[in-house]
Amino acid sequence: MTAKISYADVEVGTELPAQTFTVTRATLVQYAGASGDFNPIHWNEKFAVEVGLPDVIAHGMFTMAEAIRVVTDWAGDPAAVVEYGVRFTKPVVVPNAEKGATIEVSAKVAAKLDDNTVRVDLTATSEGQKVLGMSRAVVRLA
Amino acid sequence: MALDQSFVGRSYPPTDPYEVGREKIREFAEAVGDPNPAYTDPEAAKALGHPDVIAPPTFVFAITFKAAGQVIQDPQLGLDYSRVVHGDQKFAYTRPVRAGDRLTVTSTIESIRSMAGNDILDIRGEVHDEAGEHVVTSVTKLVARAVEEG
Repeated sequence: MTAKISYADVEVGTELPAQTFTVTRATLVQYAGASGDFNPIHWNEKFAVEVGLPDVIAHGMFTMAEAIRVVTDWAGDPAAVVEYGVRFTKPVVVPNAEKGATIEVSAKVAAKLDDNTVRVDLTATSEGQKVLGMSRAVVRLA
Repeated sequence: MALDQSFVGRSYPPTDPYEVGREKIREFAEAVGDPNPAYTDPEAAKALGHPDVIAPPTFVFAITFKAAGQVIQDPQLGLDYSRVVHGDQKFAYTRPVRAGDRLTVTSTIESIRSMAGNDILDIRGEVHDEAGEHVVTSVTKLVARAVEEG
């Protein structure tokens, strides 16, 4: 485990480089195949509307996977993540359009903990709506 | 009807081992668009101190969620899965999942709560490797929404 960021170099409030991720219907089909989650709310508009959703929505676990990339890219080694949790507050609605939807993720160091670890709080939004709540990772730095 | 509180603490038998393949990790990393070479290039993973390619942090969910099926489909518990949404997800890692791992999952019902007619179920999945060493703990919160008055 070799994080590129040193514990001594971060302070509470240190911001990680924010990222924007694109998600299209094709992304969701690919994710369904890779994850084994074939729930039709993630690829079938007719089905999604019938169960009361505005349109096809992204898998919550897809959004969770995108959000942590802000942390793994920053830390260098994905194994630096020792804890990661999110609450799925709002779905990411994915219209049937070439540009799809976007997920904007920012993160900052919220606390310095023992054993060279820090708590990072993440914010993920789509169309201005917060899509993850209580989104936190504990990361072990060098 | 609220779920039976006596199921809290119930554990289910460990699953058969799931063998983690390099190509399955690659497929997952591509699906989430993550080009980190630690997921696809064994040399890059070794440079970080890992014996083989590692999986992205959320990869293990596919394995723990399948294992949670034992709970979800337990006829005695009687969860109405058609009303279930994934409310919350947490992972605590001892080490990353890596290619070549043979992982078993032991699922336990950690808590059952009832709020405004919704049943809220926390399922803990303890993931161990072939040597019996802990790899990751997954806690999945499922919310079975109340049936609307009709």
